[in-house]
Amino acid sequence: MAINRDSNGYTFGFAIALVVVVGTILASLSLGLADIKKANAEKKKKMDILSAIGIESTRSTVDGIYDETVLNSFVVDATGNVIEGEKAFSVDVRNQYRNKTIEKADRKYPVFEAKNAEGKMITILPVVGAGLWGPIWGYIAIGEDNETIAGAAFDHKGETPGLGAEIKQSFFEDRWVGEKISVNNEFQPIQVVKDGSGVNEMKVDGITGGTITSVGVGEMMNRTMAVYVKYFNNKK
Amino acid sequence: MSETVEKTKAPSEPLFSKKNRKLVTDPLSDNNPITIQVLGICSALAITVQVEQAFWMSVSVLFVLVMGNLSISLLRNLIPSRIRIIVQLVVVASLVIIVDELLQAFVPDISEKLSVFVGLIITNCIIMGRFEAFAMGNKPWPSIMDALGNSFGYAWILLLVALVRELFGSGKILGFEIFGNNLPGEESGLYAMGYVNNNMMILPPMALIVVGIIIWVQRSRNKALIEDH
Repeated sequence: MAINRDSNGYTFGFAIALVVVVGTILASLSLGLADIKKANAEKKKKMDILSAIGIESTRSTVDGIYDETVLNSFVVDATGNVIEGEKAFSVDVRNQYRNKTIEKADRKYPVFEAKNAEGKMITILPVVGAGLWGPIWGYIAIGEDNETIAGAAFDHKGETPGLGAEIKQSFFEDRWVGEKISVNNEFQPIQVVKDGSGVNEMKVDGITGGTITSVGVGEMMNRTMAVYVKYFNNKK
Repeated sequence: MSETVEKTKAPSEPLFSKKNRKLVTDPLSDNNPITIQVLGICSALAITVQVEQAFWMSVSVLFVLVMGNLSISLLRNLIPSRIRIIVQLVVVASLVIIVDELLQAFVPDISEKLSVFVGLIITNCIIMGRFEAFAMGNKPWPSIMDALGNSFGYAWILLLVALVRELFGSGKILGFEIFGNNLPGEESGLYAMGYVNNNMMILPPMALIVVGIIIWVQRSRNKALIEDH
């Protein structure tokens, strides 16, 4: 059997066969593992929500702790009114933010109400934004007064290690604690600053060398909190 | 794998002949992919902060290299020479995706820590290097031996660097506190006596320095490895 392995026909044929075989293997693997990966992602999401109120959990314990801690959840619209019949946990906030076909006014904003370790009612709000290299996101805990940040947990897809990636470190997250999202029921933007003056209210120090990521965190906070302040005002 | 073993049982050469054994032992020391060939350095720097990460990275590279060398060797007489590099790339890329999917599904925490570095196995020169230099011209069984040798050679350097960095950078090995507890206010063991972790160890440059020390030790023990320039 003499096949000319240098002919164009053979080369094309081999390439096509290879791609079909590889494609089939990868597609079936991805489909086969989809359920497990989805369950993992849900656990991770619960762990992130809990970490905003300072509760650490592991993959094996998170489900129980989450059910005990998060007592209520619902979805509000861009004007801060509760939308009936929507499940907060299944709202994909990142898709809401990035999907250009969803109008800004139609975006859904999940709200999670939880009891923290001291038994206080805390509202946990997801935020999504853009860093330097990719998406950044986080969960913000608002205290009982409905205006003071009680906790923050940020994460990122691929910010620069040592610089922008530091947003997930507690030293940066803690800088947000105590800031107010509204003054006299009016939304107040929080500034991310460079000059170290961030100890004042409404200002947070950025990360040296991670300016674009830090400013991205500020933008994501202000854009999202502007909506949630409407919700808190409606609630009052 | 047993099939390939059967196939290559040529009467001329036993499975664990001296030549085959050398394929495994050479890359462990005198032809080590990291310290002698200086390949795969980037991952050695990036994921050696903790032993656990280094272990899973090594396992991933082992899987990709063994399966890849085997597939390339089985296909070596079918691959059109004009697109052989592309074919090698497709094989390594698919294997890396398989590893990444499996890690995501079964060890999600590790998968998060390794993040992009699993994907970057594709660009690990050790793998393409072995495909092109060995598997394209050798039978499946020697190719597996070669892959095992090179991944073990890669793994022990990675684990050693990670061991040094985790021990002196965080005072732990595999998460177990070796030097005592260093939480502020609750210090115990060495920390109570004033010992502090070397934060430099956590930074990537220290990986390079540790690898450098290994290279130095290795070459001063075996003078034949020193290149003339």
